[in-house]
Amino acid sequence: MTAEATPSLVEKTDGPAEAGPSVHGPRARTRTAYLRYVAGKVGGAAVSLLAVLVTSFFLFRLIPGDPVKYMTGGRQVSAEQLAAYRREFGLDLPLWQQFTEYCGKALTGDLGTSYQFNAPVIDKITEALPNTLLLTGTAFVLYTALGVFLGTRAAWRHGRLGDRLNTGLALTLYSIPSFWLGLLLIIVFSVGIGPIPGLFPTGGMESGGEEGFAYVLDVAHHLILPVITLVAVEYGQTLLVTRSALLDEMGSDYLTTARAKGLRDDLVRRRHAVPNAMLPTVTLIFVNLGRTVAGVILVETVFSWPGLGGLFYQALSVPDLPLVQGLFFIFAAAVIVMNTLADLIYPLLDPRVGR
Amino acid sequence: MDTHDRYSQYDRTKLTPVRSLRPIRLLLAAATAALTLTAALTTPLNPAPQRAQAAADDGKDVLTVAVAQSVDSLSPFLATRLVSTSIHRLMYEYLTNYDPKDNHAVPGLATKWEPSADKLTWTYTIRDNSKWSDGKQATAEDAAWTFNKMMTDEGAATANGSFVANFRKVTAPSPTKLVIELKKPQATMAALDVPIVPKHVWENVGDFSKFNNDKTFPIVGNGPFVITDYAPDSFVRLKANTSFWRGAPKFDELVFRYYKDQDAAVAALRKGEVSFVAGAPALTPAQAASLKGEENIKVNDAPGRRFYALATNPGARAKNGEKFGDGHESLLDQKVRQALFMAVDRKTIIDRVFQGHAVEGEGYIPPRFSTYHWKPTDGQKLSYAPDKASQLLDQAGYKKNADGKRVGKDGKPINYRILCHATDPQDKAVGKYLQEWWGELGIGVTLNCLDNVTDPWLAGEYDLAFDGWSVNPDPDFVLSIHTCAALPATPKDTGATDNFICDKQYDELYEKQLAEYDPAKRADLVKQMESRLYDTGYMNVMAYPNAVEAYRTDQIESIMTMPQDAGNIYGQDGYWGWWSATPAADGEAASEESSSAGVIIGIVAGVVVLAGAGAFFTMRRRATAEDRE
Repeated sequence: MTAEATPSLVEKTDGPAEAGPSVHGPRARTRTAYLRYVAGKVGGAAVSLLAVLVTSFFLFRLIPGDPVKYMTGGRQVSAEQLAAYRREFGLDLPLWQQFTEYCGKALTGDLGTSYQFNAPVIDKITEALPNTLLLTGTAFVLYTALGVFLGTRAAWRHGRLGDRLNTGLALTLYSIPSFWLGLLLIIVFSVGIGPIPGLFPTGGMESGGEEGFAYVLDVAHHLILPVITLVAVEYGQTLLVTRSALLDEMGSDYLTTARAKGLRDDLVRRRHAVPNAMLPTVTLIFVNLGRTVAGVILVETVFSWPGLGGLFYQALSVPDLPLVQGLFFIFAAAVIVMNTLADLIYPLLDPRVGR
Repeated sequence: MDTHDRYSQYDRTKLTPVRSLRPIRLLLAAATAALTLTAALTTPLNPAPQRAQAAADDGKDVLTVAVAQSVDSLSPFLATRLVSTSIHRLMYEYLTNYDPKDNHAVPGLATKWEPSADKLTWTYTIRDNSKWSDGKQATAEDAAWTFNKMMTDEGAATANGSFVANFRKVTAPSPTKLVIELKKPQATMAALDVPIVPKHVWENVGDFSKFNNDKTFPIVGNGPFVITDYAPDSFVRLKANTSFWRGAPKFDELVFRYYKDQDAAVAALRKGEVSFVAGAPALTPAQAASLKGEENIKVNDAPGRRFYALATNPGARAKNGEKFGDGHESLLDQKVRQALFMAVDRKTIIDRVFQGHAVEGEGYIPPRFSTYHWKPTDGQKLSYAPDKASQLLDQAGYKKNADGKRVGKDGKPINYRILCHATDPQDKAVGKYLQEWWGELGIGVTLNCLDNVTDPWLAGEYDLAFDGWSVNPDPDFVLSIHTCAALPATPKDTGATDNFICDKQYDELYEKQLAEYDPAKRADLVKQMESRLYDTGYMNVMAYPNAVEAYRTDQIESIMTMPQDAGNIYGQDGYWGWWSATPAADGEAASEESSSAGVIIGIVAGVVVLAGAGAFFTMRRRATAEDRE
């Protein structure tokens, strides 16, 4: 993505007609304005993070059910054991005391201990986070690239057969439930149907017992189907946003000017139209980037991917409060950080923002 | 309430901004590179799809089991999920095991066990031919240490504390002699489902409530298999313990692979990637039907260990005598409870809801536990007879009003609220039938389907509820949950009780059976309890759902079920299935080759398509300006 945005900036400063004002004053003023803008955005993000920390504690205590009852449900337990569980989890303390303890610990980076796994929440998260990032990150890069690429093509030749096919296909895939598509891919490409052989594993992230390069290959092999599923259902969104943003620019006078200069058509598109149409896409990209952390519950489930989405589901069903809170905080933090980053980048893309 | 079943570093394709490459081409190149790379990874270098198969390249026989649960903990002191406790069965010997034929206690780590005359002291002889996988001898000292730890350390009592609740003292006078002194007689002393751990390893553990036993591999044990590898949320890998005292398992490796989606697990079985699918807790009728008739796959539709019942609220109360909850007063009448059950067509439930994968319910304990299974006598049996049910209700004084609705003592039409598990399609389906059948009796039914039934359940805020438990070879636990002693101390507390039953006659029988050390006499007492429970109409067993599972016969030649004649494999009380499984003669060599060939074809096809797409777009780009003008 950055690859798309960066050169456009380069183009601007290179262009002879765009030599900036050399007066010292306005530039310094712009910089101060930008700094003020940055400070505002970062400050807002910090406040949001704190709010999330507080909300997550109370929000999940609204889930009906007593974790101790759930976890001991269907088992032979004595009253002493139940009391021990409560003490262990700190559930015997008054709510306000649980809250102050939670806040104190959270500020030192301790998110508590998972009820069901008897392990620190932070360990469970760091265990699953790389798995999720591998899956969603790879998919993110691919669907963003594909979406932007096909979106610009579709807009540039809008109304033609290619555009209609492209947009139609993207919309169709976008509306397909991911778990259904995933299951279909498993049946066709993992198990194999007719002449199609079973090429890929049916689930999981690794076969186990591999080391070194063989391990990397093995993981990549497991990665293909879930990534294809994600790319298929996700790229449509980027495509449509990019397409409509670019369509808005299509009739602009500056494009006519550019053509009048005798520029080749794809140069007009790349240097002039696309950079101006990128703003909505960049927003979407950063929103998507923030979401990559939250994982994708359905795709992770169908492909038995050991990521955060699945962990969140397991945590909610207890409810494993510390784990739920920890995950919620991480998910929210990722989105907040990414949105802030997007906010910080806008002024670079469009100098009108942040003035 | 419910059954216990319910209960980085890789390929990161970086987009390095190279000036000379134009952005679009760069993206295209990167995407193509990423896809080609991943495609290339599937070259025959890595025949991963078949890795799990019985006959692997290196000649190892690997048995892969698809399970529907992830491991909660590998520490036997903490683990409560079925998948984890099943694995602990394989890692550690218990004092005793259950016979695969009829579930009677057979030697495990102990070769012999006998009570003292006063019934308060049990002496176990510990075998001298069981070694820990690190070479040290397993002794009575290990067993004594395990029990003592659970008795003294709250953290170590988390999972199995109830087994030692009645223990007064545990000692090991010699390496082959273990002595357990009890507070009061306990007939279940040959059914202590507690993994015995090696003292020399575990005495170094600090906090038992946090130690998950998942950092150092292999994990020292003395069962038929030893854990060599574990990836959270993914798999547990075990290798055969060749020095296991009962004899080495036939498979070299055993892998439990976690499939979050059971349709994907079934697909994996069909492909041969896994050898066995357990289902969660059983394959659905649709999954079983799709696998039936498939070549090399056997669907094992075995008698299950669960019962599926309709429990009534007998008026929730605590031990201190306080009543709570809001169960319908009419249900306090035994005639009403029996009438309701007589209007339940169990056969239809088996045929329609379970689609044949269940057995009609009668006594409390399922037939697979033949020693304790009981059937009502002809005179006692509450057969399906809606007319009789109607008469019984009339007799009880709940007559129909002008609208055809039966009215309660308060003059209002009777409408029962049934608690059902929102996640359980069976509950909902049976509930619909009950609405119909009881509607004909003039009784209204409201289905209260919740994700979490625990809260109204424990508060006694329901009239009837769908209930089910997994039964152990020793029935003590499922019997104990209907005693008065299991009621909560006060309405605020939680008791072990299932649905607040407190019946004097039942309790007397319960005490007797717990102190009865003669197996035949005890079984007789247990049957009397079941008879009493049946008559009360508090727990109406509708069905015993089957354990439906499937495996590949071209990977597993034979495997022991439990009970041996017709029984299940996953979740047995014992290690019989996995220990006895023998690999099929020549496994999957042929299919492996063909699928390697398939991999190559697939990659070639993928690359061709990608290259084609790349070329197409490049050409489109060339065609640019002229096209537009």
